[in-house]
Amino acid sequence: MTAADNEDELEAQFAQWRQYVQRRPELRQADSEELEDHLRASVDQLVAVGLRADEAFLIAVKRMGGLDDLAREFAREHSERLWKQLVLTGDTDGQGAGTRSRRDLLVMVSCAVGAAVSVKVPELFGMRLDEDGQFYAPNFALFALPWLAAFLAWRRQARPALIGVLLALFGLGAVAANAYPLADDSQSLVLTAIHLPIALWLVVGLAYVADDLRSARRRMDFIRFTGEWFVYFVLIALGGGVLIAFVVGTFEAIGIVPEDFIQQWLVPCGVVASVVVAGWLVEAKQSVVENIAPVLTRLFTPLFTAVLLAFLIALAWTSGGIDVEREALILFDLLLVVVLGLLLYSISARDPLARPGLFDKLQLALVVSALIIDVLVLREITHRITEYGTTPNKAAALGENVILLANLAWSAWLMLGFVRRRTPFAALERWQTGYLPVYAAWSWIVVLVFPPLFGYL
Amino acid sequence: MKVTKDLVAASATPMVLGILADGESYGYAILRRINELSDGELDWTEGLLYPLLHRLERLGHVEASWQSVAGERRRKYYRITSSGLAELAEQRRQWETVVSTLKEIWPGDVRRLAAIPLEGRA
Repeated sequence: MTAADNEDELEAQFAQWRQYVQRRPELRQADSEELEDHLRASVDQLVAVGLRADEAFLIAVKRMGGLDDLAREFAREHSERLWKQLVLTGDTDGQGAGTRSRRDLLVMVSCAVGAAVSVKVPELFGMRLDEDGQFYAPNFALFALPWLAAFLAWRRQARPALIGVLLALFGLGAVAANAYPLADDSQSLVLTAIHLPIALWLVVGLAYVADDLRSARRRMDFIRFTGEWFVYFVLIALGGGVLIAFVVGTFEAIGIVPEDFIQQWLVPCGVVASVVVAGWLVEAKQSVVENIAPVLTRLFTPLFTAVLLAFLIALAWTSGGIDVEREALILFDLLLVVVLGLLLYSISARDPLARPGLFDKLQLALVVSALIIDVLVLREITHRITEYGTTPNKAAALGENVILLANLAWSAWLMLGFVRRRTPFAALERWQTGYLPVYAAWSWIVVLVFPPLFGYL
Repeated sequence: MKVTKDLVAASATPMVLGILADGESYGYAILRRINELSDGELDWTEGLLYPLLHRLERLGHVEASWQSVAGERRRKYYRITSSGLAELAEQRRQWETVVSTLKEIWPGDVRRLAAIPLEGRA
C-alpha cells in the first residue's frame, strides 16, 4: 500500500465520520469542522508516534467517545438548537439554499402586496366595501387565491400550458361571480360566495401539484398543505386581531377613531395578504416543523367519536325523530366535513406501511357513527323536499350531503378491509385523493349551473 | 485515581481560562496541555471541552476566530478577553480560599489521612 492510497482511505473515513456528525441537529457545521480538526490533530499525533493512518483514525475516534454523549453535551450548552427555527433568509451554512429562500420571500411579498392592492382596485370604480356586499361577497376569493396560485406556480415553475389553464379557470370564476343577474338577497348569491372559494381553492391545488398532475402522492401533499395553510391562517388571523385591538385602543386614547381605516384597509388587505403569507409559510416550514393538523386530528378523533356515539344512544333512548330544519341540514353537512377532515388528516400523517392499530378502529367507529346519523338525517330531508319542493339552498345542501356520504361510505368499507387486513392502506389514500375532482366539479356546478337552473332565485 | 466528574466540571473553567491567559490556543492543544499538566490524571472529553469553550464564548470571556493552518485546514482559535481575565481573577480568588481552607483542615500528608477511617473502625 502506498502513502497516497493510505491518504485516500483516511480521507474517505473522515468523510464518513463527517456525515455521521452532520446528521446530528445539535452539531452545527462549525462544530463538526472544529471536531474534525481535533480528530485530525489527534490522528497526526498518533501517526507521529508510529501508528498507521487507519489505526490512528480508529483510536482517535474511539478516544473522542460516542457521538451520542458528545451530542448530549453540546445540547446542554446549545439547547436552542433542538427547537427548530424558521430561517427566513437562509442560514450561514448553506449558501445555495439561502438565495433560494430569499427569492421566495421576495416573490411572496410581491404576491401579498399584489393581493392587498387588488382588493382595493374596485374602489376606483366606485365600489365600497361596506356598501357593496353583493359584489364583494362572491368576489372576495378572487382577490386572494389567484395570487397564492401565482406564488405556487412560480415556485413549481409551472409549464405555460398549465398557467393558461389556471388563468382560464380564474377567469371562469370571475364570470360566475359577476355575470348572473342575482338580487342582493338571493340564495344563489350566498351559495356562490360559499362555493366559489372552494372551487378556486382546488384551482390553487392545481398550481400546487403543477409538477405532477396525476400523482396521488402530490395530491396528498396538497391535502397536507391545505390543513397546514388553514392552521397558519388562523394563527395569523389571531395575531391580526391583537393588532387591531391595539390600533383601536391606542388611537382612541388620543382622540382619533380609526374605525374606517380598519374596516376599509387593515382587515380586507390583511386577509387577502395573509392568504398568500400563510401559503408561503407552509412551503417554507414544511420540512422544519411538525405538521400540526394531524396532531389536532389525533386529539379530536376520540372526542368526536364519543360525542357521536353518545348522540346515537341518546337518539335511540328518546326515540324521537331529528327535527330537520334548514340549519340542521347545514349543521349535519358540517359534521360530515369535520369527520372527513379528521379522517383525511390522519390518513395524511399515517405511515402507509404501519399495521392497523387501535386508532384505526376508533376512526372506523367515528366514520360509521357519522354515517348512521347522516342516513337518518337524509331520510328526513328527502321526505321534506318531496313535500314542500326545493330551493337552491336545499338542493346544494342535499348534494353536498350525498357527496360526503358517498365518500365516507366507501372510506368506511375500505377501512373495514384495512382493519381486517384485507385491503392495503394505499387503497384508502388513493380513494381520497381521487375524490378531490368530485368536490371541484360539484362546487363549479353550484356556482355556474344553479343560478340559471333555479331562475336566479 | 480518578477525579470525580463534579470536581472536573467545577475546575474546568478556571483551567481553560488559565491556559488561554498564556496566549491563544485551540481545542486539541488545550486538551493536551491539561493532560500533560495533570500527568494524565485529568481526562477531559471533547464533550466537556468544546461546549465549555462555546459557553465561555457566549458569555464573552473568550473570543474565537478561524485561522488556516498547514495547507487548507481551518482551525478555531480561542483568545481570552478582558472580561475573561476578570473572571479568571475572580475564580482564582475563590479557588485559593477553598484550597487554603482545605489545607487548614487537612494538615500533614495524604497517607495519614487515608489511615483515619481505619482507626475509627478498629
